[in-house]
Amino acid sequence: MNEITISVKNLSKHFSGVRAVDGISFDVKKGELFGFLGPNGAGKTTTINILCTLMVPTSGRADVNGFNVTDSPTDVRKSIGIIFQDPSLDERLTAYENLNFHGMIYHITSRRRKTRIDEVLNMVGLCPKRDSVVRTFSGGMKRRLEIARGLMHSPKILFLDEPTTGLDPQTRQYIWDYILNLARKEKITVFLTTHYMDEAEICQRVGIMDHGKIVDLDTPDSLKNKYNVSSLNEVFLNVTGRGIREEEANGKESLGTFFRARQKLR
Amino acid sequence: MDCAAIRMIWIRDITRHFRDKVRLLGSISRPVMWLLIMGTGLKASFHVPGVSYPHFIFPGIIAMNLIFAAMISTISIIWDREFGFLREILVAPIPRSSIVIGKALSGSTVAFIEGLFVMAFAPLIKINISVAQLSLLLPFMFLIAFVCTSLGIVIAARMTSFEGFGVISNFIIMPMFFLSGAVFPLDNLPPWVNCIVLINPLTYGVDLLRWATLGIQTFPLMIDFLFLIIFASVMLLIGIFEFSKRD
Repeated sequence: MNEITISVKNLSKHFSGVRAVDGISFDVKKGELFGFLGPNGAGKTTTINILCTLMVPTSGRADVNGFNVTDSPTDVRKSIGIIFQDPSLDERLTAYENLNFHGMIYHITSRRRKTRIDEVLNMVGLCPKRDSVVRTFSGGMKRRLEIARGLMHSPKILFLDEPTTGLDPQTRQYIWDYILNLARKEKITVFLTTHYMDEAEICQRVGIMDHGKIVDLDTPDSLKNKYNVSSLNEVFLNVTGRGIREEEANGKESLGTFFRARQKLR
Repeated sequence: MDCAAIRMIWIRDITRHFRDKVRLLGSISRPVMWLLIMGTGLKASFHVPGVSYPHFIFPGIIAMNLIFAAMISTISIIWDREFGFLREILVAPIPRSSIVIGKALSGSTVAFIEGLFVMAFAPLIKINISVAQLSLLLPFMFLIAFVCTSLGIVIAARMTSFEGFGVISNFIIMPMFFLSGAVFPLDNLPPWVNCIVLINPLTYGVDLLRWATLGIQTFPLMIDFLFLIIFASVMLLIGIFEFSKRD
């Protein structure tokens, strides 16, 4: 099967003169595990935001599951599940309520919701925490719940924006086993961004992004051969250089962090 | 129109609201403070012909609890934006209009309930409200709550910080409350203040409530209704437009 589920052509996104995404083109095949690498501020999250219809491109086009992200956002939204880089759970609700509300806005019938909630909670090992308020969860548990939520409505394409950042090795391993299993079993297309090279290594193809452009895109092995190195990490440093990047957080993000920190102190 | 989405937003906001005990306390203490402290303290300063001052401000205090609760309820939009939950809603396959209507209904419900708390004080200041009056009063209260919530949504949709919302909403709630006839009669005002009074939706809301509780009215009922309904519709449309924008 070489069916294409995500098609991006000359996609650009400008923010007041800054080219966050600068004319990128690529395709993702159905059932593929596609990794997006790049230093902070390379434009990965902006690309994901366009693909999941939260932003509109400045120019170029993107189609997800055969639907254009600008013209038919609702059809795109029906096709995708997404786990955002920053948490997006309602911390004052229980795990069950978070999943139940998600099911409601994805129009899953109440009978189906009941069985599906147990299914996805089971998948991520959170059944005993079903009726606990999310605020009491550890970082790893919240992540797992978000993954469960992203899968509630059985999406065709799953977007994961740095899904394992800040998690301990055990949780990372657990989540990865789970994602791989899922991609194999349910033929879900997985599009992910990561900073961990061992994670990128598992992907069928890897795109490396820098300064809003895709600087290279191939299978991990071909990339290593091309640059004549033994690890993806070296490929990455070869392609993007060794300078440390500053990611500019906007006011909104830093305020969010502040409030989250303050809440933890209480 | 997406009923499932509206229901989800409504149930979620109501669930969250009643888990927050401090907010409930605030909504009860506010009317006590105004009704008992201001009602007795300002009695000497204002003379309203034909009605005692505590009676005069009673509908105004209901309106106050409605507008405060309605505005505060829309903070949840800013909250959801800061803590990421808004994105969960925005990537869902639901029309943006349903998000706004869901928010407007949940906020109005919360405000309506807080308005009911004030009603509990009616016997205390010896106002008798008959069942017939109540059957008018309750829908009026919901209408006013809806109008205030839709205004709050428009403000919250444009705000990116809690502090900003606090400043703006105080800047709007206070003049709206004081220049609505809630606490003092609105005759003999300078023309420019009178202009504000006339474009203030709460003026018409207080007028409705005062008519239902005391039988006193300043404007024809038709004008009150028309103004409130048109105002809420315009606000909802702006709110839907704001939510439909994508970066």
